[in-house]
Amino acid sequence: MKQNMTLPTFDSVNVGDEIPSLSTPPISRHTLALYCGASGDHNPIHVDLDFAKSSGLDDVIAHGMLSAGYLGRMLTNWVPQSALRSWKNRFTAMTQIGESVTCTGKIVEKFEKDGENFVRLEIQTNTPEAQTIVAEVVVVLA
Amino acid sequence: MIDKKHIGYEFLPITVPVEEGRLKFIAKALGETRDIYTDPDAAKAAGLPGLLAPPTFPFMLEIDALDLVNFMALLGETLEKLLHGEENFSYYAPIYAGEKITVRKTITDIIDKKEGTLQFVISDNTFTNQDGKIVAETRTNYVFRHK
Repeated sequence: MKQNMTLPTFDSVNVGDEIPSLSTPPISRHTLALYCGASGDHNPIHVDLDFAKSSGLDDVIAHGMLSAGYLGRMLTNWVPQSALRSWKNRFTAMTQIGESVTCTGKIVEKFEKDGENFVRLEIQTNTPEAQTIVAEVVVVLA
Repeated sequence: MIDKKHIGYEFLPITVPVEEGRLKFIAKALGETRDIYTDPDAAKAAGLPGLLAPPTFPFMLEIDALDLVNFMALLGETLEKLLHGEENFSYYAPIYAGEKITVRKTITDIIDKKEGTLQFVISDNTFTNQDGKIVAETRTNYVFRHK
């Protein structure tokens, strides 16, 4: 996959602009097993059906931070990672097995501070059933 | 109910070497295929000191420092009740393979919600590299469901 070749600049973007979205294949048990091992988040609620049932769930649920990781891919497809300054994620619903995750975002503010140019974005993840992360990101642009 | 005496608790700091193999595994788990995240030679050719850790990587180090089992024992709680409420990042410098990151994690607040049926345990976390530079800070909200 190629990095976006034309990097956004402060002057080239406007409040209301949407950034390129990202959608994933359906989340499988295999996806969660890989993320459990790689991330170090070994909470069994994400990989062990017996444990999930004893917690009152019908099935295992995806890690919220897996969906945040997909948001990270969307953001770093749009700007280099070094442009990210802050990122606040609120997890609002669970992601179930078999659901795909769609990441979207738009610019909600342009501002200058201490001689640098910033944009603020509202970004989110959605499954077919629910909005699962609501987030705000501040990015520095040249 | 989680005792508020834990406000101010500092976890033992840990220092984690950022390993190439782990970053490749994380890229695979996230479906990330771009070469600065997956191919050390390509990262170096792009002028980076090594593979780039993705923006959610500080949270993974946080979990390493936390140790979920010990965390539950400390609070007198069980994992069945735990949900992730919020995760906030501030970035000061990228993290690359080959670095050593020290994680300092402190419980800074415990908040009762909905007449105590929910409790929020807030933790503030600092990530310092091998040169003593703070590269990131995070704030985590762990939600416990009591009912």
